[in-house]
Amino acid sequence: MTDDNRPFAIRNYDPARLRDALRKMYLIRFFEEGAEDSYMRGLIHGTMHLSIGQEASAVASCMGLTDEDKITSTHRGHGHCIAKGAEVRRMFAEFFGKEEGYCHGRGGSMHIADVTRGNLGANGIVGGGLPIAVGAGLTAKRLNTGAVAICFFGDGANNEGAFHEALNMAAIWKLPVVFICENNKYGMSTSTERSTAVKNIAERAVAYAMPGHTVDGNDFSAVAETVEAAIARARAGEGPSLIENLTYRWRGHSKSDRNRYRTKQEIDEWMARDPIQRFRAELIEHGVLDESEAEKVIAEARQEVEAGIEFAKSGTAPRISDLAKYVYAEENA
Amino acid sequence: MNAPAKQLDADTREISYSEAIREAMGLALERDERVVLMGEDIGVYGGAFQVTGDLVERFGTDRVMDTPISELGGAGVAVGAALTGLRPIFEFQFSDFAALAMEQIVNQAAKMRYMLGGEASVPVVFRMPAGSGTGAAAQHSQSFEAWFGHVPGLKVVQPSTPEDAKGLLLAALEDPDPVVMFEHKLLYKMKGHVPEGWYTTPIGKAAIRRDGKDVTIVASAIMVHRALAAAEKLAEEGIEAEVIDLRSVRPIDRDTIIGSVRKTGKLLCVYEGVRTLGVGAEISAMIAESEAFDYLDAPIQRLGGAEAPIPYNPDLEKAAVPQTPDIEVAARRLARREV
Repeated sequence: MTDDNRPFAIRNYDPARLRDALRKMYLIRFFEEGAEDSYMRGLIHGTMHLSIGQEASAVASCMGLTDEDKITSTHRGHGHCIAKGAEVRRMFAEFFGKEEGYCHGRGGSMHIADVTRGNLGANGIVGGGLPIAVGAGLTAKRLNTGAVAICFFGDGANNEGAFHEALNMAAIWKLPVVFICENNKYGMSTSTERSTAVKNIAERAVAYAMPGHTVDGNDFSAVAETVEAAIARARAGEGPSLIENLTYRWRGHSKSDRNRYRTKQEIDEWMARDPIQRFRAELIEHGVLDESEAEKVIAEARQEVEAGIEFAKSGTAPRISDLAKYVYAEENA
Repeated sequence: MNAPAKQLDADTREISYSEAIREAMGLALERDERVVLMGEDIGVYGGAFQVTGDLVERFGTDRVMDTPISELGGAGVAVGAALTGLRPIFEFQFSDFAALAMEQIVNQAAKMRYMLGGEASVPVVFRMPAGSGTGAAAQHSQSFEAWFGHVPGLKVVQPSTPEDAKGLLLAALEDPDPVVMFEHKLLYKMKGHVPEGWYTTPIGKAAIRRDGKDVTIVASAIMVHRALAAAEKLAEEGIEAEVIDLRSVRPIDRDTIIGSVRKTGKLLCVYEGVRTLGVGAEISAMIAESEAFDYLDAPIQRLGGAEAPIPYNPDLEKAAVPQTPDIEVAARRLARREV
């Protein structure tokens, strides 16, 4: 133990990594604003689920990961994708339905993935990624790769049967999996108070004999400290953990949401707890960077997003004759 | 069971359908460290139908893994393991229980390659003990092959012989995409010639089990044997039925079926799944749309499962799916153009 009272992130990461973490958080924010704007302009069709307000949870949770480690993500997965190292220009290309996109325009927002960097994909099914993450943990253990799997899911998924089955199996086989519930208070319109019997979702860890932690999900350091410890535990062969990051999505569930289930006051209160502003203030307070350096990070992120949108606009549309390509390996060529 | 082991040469060696599947899994476990078996009670119990048998003793509990009774989660773990580098073979205790796991099979495994634009592969095999005839009633006797055959991204096979059971399982294991294998429970004890060593039976190729010129019978799984028995009877009357063993529901072997119907001009589809919207419905439509249509000289006929759950009472149970006399009568009427 030291008497160093600075936040975990400041103590444990060098300035370059901290700066990069801030850059990624801005990148997520600006990416999603850019995607929303492109949607309004009719450049992107379908729907999307924005994670604006949840950026600390995504970036801090991935601080302890390498490209060998896997994540499974959710329908609200843009932040996880960027946190795991994806290029925003290829993400935009995917949203624009272009061949240059991560899924060659076949997946869109809800199936965005970056397998080469260990992101096994967003998922359109609530709870769909939970057992898949356990499978990734099984592979890591069986092949002795030393990798871990981080399983992101929302509060909605904690009432799916897949949650119970997945956590139980990860526990009985002591697999290197970290279950991260991003509790943003609502499964679409239904609050956790109305949907979930326990107050804190992390309490459910008791049923699987694994550690459970409820964390302020908008506090970068708190999330990073808790997840890093769970990752270390998983890598040491001690099994899975359940972490609940309490956070909030500023936007509605999807593009059809009219926000009739929550108050403006509640939204405003959470917006005042902006995870990016908090992290930025922390970095400035502890001398990691100054205001002008922070502005530079913002400018870089904005520039990357703008360039990404231009890249996507000029991308290649898939050929209609390639409709059935990628259904089977034989048709990949 | 207790007979002394006989020395048989490779050309005449006969083993059962379940032994053939076990042999395939044993070869796979020996050959490839990435292969794992998963399922309920497949370890010391040996599997509900004793298909995995003693494999846990040979390969240990890390490779032959008993799962909790968690079909959705178990199937999903197999999907995630396949996606990240293992080659899992997941046994459903009864194919009926796959209804609990449709999410992972249909929404995840089948679509992962496509959704990710070819950047991912899910080489998982789902083994499904299926079919009626065991007195197990409505929730342990169904034939779901058409359900899975309806899903692009899956391959669906239905071996009818021990040789094909081994060959199709090894082909499924080598396949980079998810394969669902339906194993008919009444065939598990059936013996037949099975080559030694590693070989594959191509997925998507039907087999002509009996040549004939008068009527084509397309059948799958246990229906192949019933169709062959019916064909023997009909031969005594001078009616020569051609019996095609479908073997693969997805992809379907169009060429073999169309070629046969062009020759005989008559088609009878026999399958155990519910008749409406079943495999035979697809084959009928395929022929009606094909160049073989002009060669038809009688309406296409289908024999399938009843429009009811599988009943418990043994007489009712038999009546719920096509039996040899049903096939004989239907094929005779068709051959005589009495339909």
